[in-house]
Parts: sequence; C-alpha cells; structure tokens
Amino acid sequence: MSLQDRLTELRDQGLADIKSADVLNKVNQIKVDLLGKKGPITEVLRGMRDLTPEERPKVGAYANEIRDHLQNAIDHRRSELEEAAVNAQLAAEKLDVTLPGRTVPQGQPHVITQIITELEDLFIGMGYEIEDGDEVEEDYYNFERLNLPKDHPARDMQDTFYITKEVLLRTQTSADQPRALESHDFSKGPLKVLTPGRVYRRDTDDATHSHQFHQIEGLVVDKHITMADLKGTLTLVANTLFGDQFDVRLRPSYFPFTEPSVEADVTCFNCNGKGCAVCKQTGWIEVLGAGMVHPRVLEMSGIDPEVYGGFAFGLGPDRFAMLKYGVDDIRNFYLNDVRFLSQFYKKG
Amino acid sequence: MKISYAWLRDYLQLDIPADELAEKIERTAVEVDGVIRPSEGLKKVVVGHVLECVEHPDSDHLHICQVDVGEEEPIQIVCGAPNVAAGEMVIVALPNSWIGGHTKIKRSKMRGVVSNGMLCALDELGFDEKLVPKEVADGIFILPADATPGEPVFSYLGMDDEIIDMSVTPNRGDMLSMNGTAHELAAIYDQTPKMPTVALTEDANDLADDALTVTVEADEHDVPTYKMRLIKNVTIKPSPLWLQIRIWNAGMRPINNVVDATNYILMQYGQPLHAFDYDKLSAGHVNVRLAKAGEKLTTLDDEERDLLPTDLVICSDDQPICLAGTMGGLATEVTNETTTIALESAVFDAVRVRKTAHNHGLHSEASMRYERGIDHSATQTALDAAAAMIAELGDGTVATGTVAGREETIAPVVVDITLSRINHVLGTDLTMDTVADIFRRLDFPTTINEDTLTVTIPARRWDIHIPADLIEEVARLYGYDNLPSTLPTGQPTIGKLNETQQLIRDTRKLMESAGLTQAISYSLTTPAKAQAFELHASEVTKLDFPMSSERSALRLNLISGLLDDLAYNNARKEQDVALYETGRVFFSQPEQVRPHEVEHLAGAITGSMVPAEWGIAAQPIDFYQIKGIVAGYLKSLALADPITYVASADHPEMHPGRTADIYVGDRLVGFVGQVHPNTTKAYKIRETYVFELDLAALIALPKERQQYQPISKFPSITRDVAMLINDDITNAQVVDLITDKGGAHLRSVKLFDVYNGKHVPAGKKSLAYTLTYQDQNATLVDDDVTAAFDKVLKALTTEFDAEIR
Ligand SMILES: [Zn+2]
Repeated sequence: MSLQDRLTELRDQGLADIKSADVLNKVNQIKVDLLGKKGPITEVLRGMRDLTPEERPKVGAYANEIRDHLQNAIDHRRSELEEAAVNAQLAAEKLDVTLPGRTVPQGQPHVITQIITELEDLFIGMGYEIEDGDEVEEDYYNFERLNLPKDHPARDMQDTFYITKEVLLRTQTSADQPRALESHDFSKGPLKVLTPGRVYRRDTDDATHSHQFHQIEGLVVDKHITMADLKGTLTLVANTLFGDQFDVRLRPSYFPFTEPSVEADVTCFNCNGKGCAVCKQTGWIEVLGAGMVHPRVLEMSGIDPEVYGGFAFGLGPDRFAMLKYGVDDIRNFYLNDVRFLSQFYKKG
Repeated sequence: MKISYAWLRDYLQLDIPADELAEKIERTAVEVDGVIRPSEGLKKVVVGHVLECVEHPDSDHLHICQVDVGEEEPIQIVCGAPNVAAGEMVIVALPNSWIGGHTKIKRSKMRGVVSNGMLCALDELGFDEKLVPKEVADGIFILPADATPGEPVFSYLGMDDEIIDMSVTPNRGDMLSMNGTAHELAAIYDQTPKMPTVALTEDANDLADDALTVTVEADEHDVPTYKMRLIKNVTIKPSPLWLQIRIWNAGMRPINNVVDATNYILMQYGQPLHAFDYDKLSAGHVNVRLAKAGEKLTTLDDEERDLLPTDLVICSDDQPICLAGTMGGLATEVTNETTTIALESAVFDAVRVRKTAHNHGLHSEASMRYERGIDHSATQTALDAAAAMIAELGDGTVATGTVAGREETIAPVVVDITLSRINHVLGTDLTMDTVADIFRRLDFPTTINEDTLTVTIPARRWDIHIPADLIEEVARLYGYDNLPSTLPTGQPTIGKLNETQQLIRDTRKLMESAGLTQAISYSLTTPAKAQAFELHASEVTKLDFPMSSERSALRLNLISGLLDDLAYNNARKEQDVALYETGRVFFSQPEQVRPHEVEHLAGAITGSMVPAEWGIAAQPIDFYQIKGIVAGYLKSLALADPITYVASADHPEMHPGRTADIYVGDRLVGFVGQVHPNTTKAYKIRETYVFELDLAALIALPKERQQYQPISKFPSITRDVAMLINDDITNAQVVDLITDKGGAHLRSVKLFDVYNGKHVPAGKKSLAYTLTYQDQNATLVDDDVTAAFDKVLKALTTEFDAEIR
C-alpha cells in the first residue's frame, strides 16, 4: 500500500472516529492518538525517508493536508460537543421564574407624610420656606396674635388642650406665623412660608374627629399680594392634589386672622359634581380655608398694613387623605395598623 | 339658621329653584348645609273629612271612621287616636301612600275590620318630635275646618315649603334673621326688599310707666339698652296655624301665642325677647345687675342653677328671675293663667352672654344671637312688633309707652376706602361705577370724592368696621368666580429645605430602605408611658384638663407610642412589624413656660423582618440585626466623633443584658436593645427590639469632612487569629487591644467567628478575627507582618489570658 493510500485510509478512519466521538474526552484522545508524536501520521511521515526525492514533497503536502483536515474536524467536533454540554447544563438549571423573589425588607412613608411632602415640594418650587414651629405654644401666639382675643366666639370652633392658663397645644400651625412675621427682614424680599405639622384639638376621638391631626398653612406677605394671587395659588394646590380636571370655587367664610376670608371647594372627584355621599350631595368638597391677612395681624407683628399685605391659607392633610383614598375613619392614621399603612405604597 | 323660602317671598320676588338660591347664598354669603323639603318622600297623603266615627266593637280604644277623601264614596279607616271625632278635618294616608320614615301604608284589617289607610299625627309625617306642639303630640292632627277633602295636606302644614339651612359664620350674625337675610339677598339679586311694617296701637288710658319700673345697675358696656313694654288682658292659647307653621319650619316648637310671637319676632328681626308674667314680678319692678356669689335661680328647664358673679341677671325684689340673654326663670314664666305680659327687648354684652351660656351649658336661640352681636338699632321696632302681635293674638291691649332702663345712642360707622386700594388688594380693575353699584345694592349710603368712597354702614351690619371689611363686601358681591387667577409676582425667593429638614427627610428614606415603615403615633399618652424609655431625665408635661388619663401627658420618648402600635398589630394577628417614627418629645424646662421640643427618631421591631418564604426559614429579629440598622444609619451621618456602644442595665424597661447606650464621642445620643420581658408582657406584645435616638443632637453634632483617600497600589496581607478567651471580655475590648498593638500598617480588624458551643470550656468563648495589613507606599515584607502579628498575639495572651488556637 502506498503512503498516500495509507494516509487516505487514516483520514477516513480518523473522520469516522471523530464523528462518532460523543464526549469531549474521546475527541481529545483521538487527537492524541491520531495527531500525536507517536501517532500513525507521524509514523507515515517517518516512512518518507524511503521515498524518492520527487515523491517526498507530494506525500509531505498530502500528509499536511490530511493533518489539517483532521485537526479541523476535531476542533469542529469539540465545539459541537462543548456547545451541547453547555446547553445540557442550561437545560438542567432551568428555574420556575414565576416563583416569588426573595423579600428585601422595605418600609414606606406614612400616607400623611406623603401628602405633606408633595405639598412641601410644590411650594418649595414656588420659593416658599418650610417652618416647623413648636407644638406647645403660648395662647398669645396661637390665638391673640391671630386676632382671636380671649372670649372671641370663634375660639369655640377650636376647643383647646391647655397646659397652663397661658400655654397650650397649638390648635393651628399658623401659631408660628406671628413669629415668622416678626423675625422676617422685608428688606430682603417677601415672606413666603409653609408651616406643616401636628396640631391638637380637645375633641373626643371618633371616625371623623381626632384630638391630634395635621395642618399645612401657608403665608405670603409682600408689598403687592392680591386676592387673585391667592385664587391662583389655591387652584394650583387643588389641582396638585386632586388633578386639574376639576373646578375650584371660592366662597365667603370667616376666619378672625383674614379679611376677606374664603373657603375653597373642589368639584367632587367621586361623582364629578353630580352629587353623592362623599360630597353630601352638593357636588363640591371643601378643601381649604384662606384669606387676605387681617390688617390687625400685620399690625400686631409690627408691619404696616398700609404698605404690606398678603394671603394665608390652611388645609388638613388628614382630611385630604380621607377624601382622596376613601378612608372612612381618621383614627386609622394614628393606630399604625400595618395592614393600613402598607396600602399607600406609592404616591398618587 | 333655617330660612323658609315661603317666608322669604314676603320680602323679595324670587322664583328661582331653591337649590339655585342656596348655591348663590353659598357662593356669596354663608355656607348652606342643605335644602330641606319637608314633604319629600311623602305620597298620597290628603285631607280627609271624618263623616262618621263609631267605636270598634272588639276594642276599647279603636274607632271606625268613614272619611271623605274627595272621592265619590267615603273610605273606612280604623283609628286609635283618642281625639278622633266626626266632623274633623284630618290627615289621611291613603292605601299605598308613603309617610315619614320611608313607611308605606297598605290596606289592612284591624281586629277584623277593614282599614283603608291611616289617620296621621304630625310625627308620622316625619316631623321631628321636638317640633310637634305638645297639645297635639298625643293624637292625630286636626286641620282647619275650611280644608278641602282629597287635596294633598302639605300646603296646609307648610310642608310644601323649601327650607334653606344656613350655617352662619360668627361674623354674619345679621343673617340669623329674616330681615338680615332679606337685605343680603336683595343685594345679591339687586332688589328692594319689602320690609315688615309695625302697626302698634297703644291703649291711651293705660300708661306703662304707672305699673312698671326698670332699673339697670349693670354698666353700660354690659347692658347698653334695656326696655320693656306691658301687654294686658292677654289670653294664652295656641297660635294660629300659619304662625305655628313658621315656627316649626324655623326649627322651633310652637308653645303658645305669647312665646310663639316672641320667637317669630326673634326670627324676623334677630332680636331676642323675653316675656315675663307681670303679676309674678314684685311691685312691678325689675333691675338688671351682675349675680352675686351664692345666688340661685331655677330656670325654665326646671334646673336650679348656682349663679356666678359673671352672670348678668334680671332681678325682681332683688331676687334673680332670669339669666340675661340666655334663659328665663321658672317663677316668672308665662303660663296659661297669665294675663299681663312684661316684654323685654334688650342688648346684652356678647362676652357676658357667651360666658353665661358656656358656664351653665345653656345655648339657646337668644344666646347664640347675643354672642354674635345683634342689630342695636332694632330693639325698639322688634319690641313694638312683638307687643302688637301678642295683643292681636291674645286679644289684649298694649299699655302706652316703653319703659327704658337704659337706651344707647347709636353712632353711625363711616368707613373711607379708595377704589385703587380695592383693586390693589383684589388684583382687579373694577371701575368706580361697579364698586358704587355694589354699595348701592347693599343699601350702604356712599359718597364719592375722586378716588375715595365714604361709606356709611347701617347698624344691621355691625361686622363692618374697617376698609378690609368693605373689600370683602365688594369681592363677594362682585363674585369670587370673576376674580382673575394669578400667582404672586415681585422679588423672587429661593425655596429650599433647611439642613435639619433635609436630614429628617433623609433619615426617613434611610429607615424605609432598611425595612422600617413610618408610624405616626399620638404625642399625648399616660404620664407613665411618657416617662418610660427615657434618654434624659425630665419632669413630664401634663395637660391641665385632660379628657382622659390615656391622653394626659406629653411624651418624652417615641418608643412607648410605637409599642402601643405594636400591641394594636399583635392583637390583630400581625406578628411581623417593623416601625419607625420621627417626631417631637417634650422636655420640661424649670425656668421656661414652655417645654423644650426635641426631635427624636425611634424604631421598634417584632417578629421577623424577613418572613419565612419558600426554601428559607424566617429570621426573627435579634439584637444584632437592629444594631446593624442603627449602625448603618449612624454611618450615613458621617459623624466626626467615634460611635461607641456601651452595655447598659440602667433602663428599667429594657433587657439589662441586651441593651447598649450609644455614644458619639462622649455624648449619649440614644440606646438600642431588647425590650424587658416584663415590659413586653405589660404591653401584650411579643419579643421586641427597639432603639431611640436624639435626632436633634445627631443633626447638630460635627460631621466628618469628606476627603478622598488614594487607594494603595500595594498588595495587602491578611492574618487570621482564633482564640479561647474568658466570656466577660467583650469584642470591643479585643478589637481595641488589637488596634492598639497592631502596628502602623494594620488597616482593619474584622470579626469572623464567635463560638461558645460544644468543645468550648465553660466560662470561655472562641473568637476569630482577620487582621489586614497594608502599606500605603511600599510592598509589605512578610517577616514584618509576622513580627507585628506576633506582638498582637502576645498582647492578647498576656492581657486577656487568651489561648491562641
Ligand atoms: Zn360627590
């Protein structure tokens, strides 16, 4: 048999072996056996010294061709088997991706905080500062400086927890406003403050009353602040909280610290103004109290009401949350039942 | 204030639907609670004429009536009312009719006799029992004899009226009267109201002065006006039906002609009146003064009241007979036997009446009006109108003259305002004509001089004193809907959170990402809970008159409130609860009237933060997990001074062996640990871990200046050490010693194992640490590290008797 024939035979046998090798080890072994230094091809090449000088290059070239051919076949088979192995592993590792993921503990803000934060951000964007104020106030600041002298009938609207005759738990966060008015340097520009916080009233807790609740009050004082500015601001607040598809109406009201005083109603979001239980059939929901700062309040803070004027407004985040989310019992906000708190996991 | 639409039409030409009117009132004047239609929901309730009435053969109280209801044949109705009789006009609920309380009436049999409906009393038509006249309360209601059988009854009873229920703000006392409301609506609709006129006939032969004297000892401020009239030969009887209707539609109970007349005039003019039985006055004399301590008065409601020196009283023979402006006395009450009436019309100080009403718990139609102020110019007119009405209804005569104990002169209030001021405040461009027209509609006499309007305020609008009040009148009558909507202009301001506010917000976010949910608990609690878990000792701040001991003291810690929350959840089978709260605690300050309010942060965790899930067991909260949360939070604050945890057995509510005080430098800023089992038992909660931090202190403490440290290019070398050591030596002691003796290149000491189980002798524990060495500027030489490490091992052996393993 010629060397060429021997090589051809080796090639055909080798290709058959490679093809039938079903694991990577076998392919590796074939490579060692066939192409190694002690393998048959090397042996064939050693036999070349018996050939004529004319035949030698031919056989040499043929041997290299076959070696390359086998090498390629081995590489190809190897990658085929590697891929199959990976696929087999991936198949074995398949998961039920619908099983629940592992819980990473995650808390969340209280719904009242969510509302306060939303409004704080709105007003910060309009250049307001946030004032926290003290929860224990003097009667003088909580009432008298807001034009509510002792024995004023409007004091009946706000039953109060007293600590001493002159010290009380604030009934309104506007208790902080006289201090803000006193300390503000108007030469540096207008006063624009928002005072969110806890307030207290001497009420028996039930579904609609809580001795502790929250208020957000705003105050703007400058040389030219108009009631139209107040209307625009209140409309913005109502639209932020309830959406801008609703109408806002102002109607006369009474607060001792503002004149004129108004209350702002927004179209009932539940019935779109047709009348329902939420709005007590009126089609409107009362959301804000407001007005132009009473000249007496400015005077008492040493500000000339002939030169300066402004507006003030107040709203209750508890009431907002009740309206917006249909919460039927205000006590829910302070009992901190996790089944309640966890319902408000997102804004809006 | 309930306003009858029918009554309003005496004053004004109004034909708009009541709902529209109510909406207009709400947008322009005062809040409206609703429109009441007394006949709403009632159907097939008609006038009946009782033609025949015989006793039921099988009953001792039922009657069988044949009733003409305007149909061809009378119908038979069985009725149990004692006052049913032939000839009467009655209220008939026909078969399949609807009466009050959503009740349907059907044809029925009563003790074997067919009854084709029901004869009705007023309360069966839905009348509030408090409004039904007492004399008709026990039987069916008898309609006037001229009623037409078969017609609906509603018009006969005023039930076809529409009643606008206004919620009048404290400043608009003028709208607590028909006259005031009519003036208001006249302004809104630009009409001239037809005001009631008084036709009083006095008996020329009878001078009131002869029989009655009035003195006012109280000062002019308390009683600016006090007047009386005498009405003689009065017959006390029920009022005519038209008056009863007005009274009950105004939400009051008809009593008799005299009381009803005073209430009617009260509604009409807003002027409270009081009728005394003249014959029960001593020597025809009354005196108005402040009560004296120890005096008593039995009021109309049969309550004996201890009078206070702040109460204004009307006296006769120096004995109090009436609480001024609030409630009359029983002894001088008008009864069926009364013939002579002494009628009072007066002005009492709002604050006096308010205090009396408040102190005695007596809030009446009269006190409500005095408290908000009344029209001082109407006392005489109202008195005359009431006297005339009582005389007419009671067939009596009015003695000539008014007896005045005091009469004030009323100075008109004049307010100047400029058009430019109005536009400046409202943000409008109103013309002088528009504004002048508004004052004309309000019937405020106005003169105009260039830009200035000089407005004279009628006494009926005592709420108006200053230009701002007039601006409100212009704004509301011009219409808030018509105001432009703008935002403040002027010098821009920078709005932002201050550092404290920003840090509190960041704190909340960090707590939430650590798995705690924000709670908002009550600030008021019991004194014991207020003072528990205290970080710094303080007196507790207590309320003067708490409503309950549960809410009587201001908290000095947040943990107590959170434990209340945990208890609420545990009681509802919620076992895994992790809450935090930021908020104020209140430290009393001996020299200050107000407590010092300090922002705190607290957390409370019970159960597992990671609950059991498929393939994973629950991990119950333990000391080290909550400490990790606290430590992570404190790290985020980048405090300049080192944070240390010191074992503390000083908190009585905390586990003495599982609580650490937290120091920043040498300042105590909080504590963390397990709640004492006795405390959890008292709260009825499961094992619980808590922390409380002085957030205000953390915010104020100096922060680390953040500066980049170059990352070493040279490799680090680690050495592990494991040792047996006495149980009472703490991790902190070991770390301190290693750090102290570790040499210049020791970068970190990390605990990687604690073991005190099997194979560890009693009283010992096994600790293992990894020490990492690194040189910032060179590659460390192994021998140098070994030398440094050996020093540490030696120190551990000599100082702590550690057995290196
Ligand atoms: Zn609605």
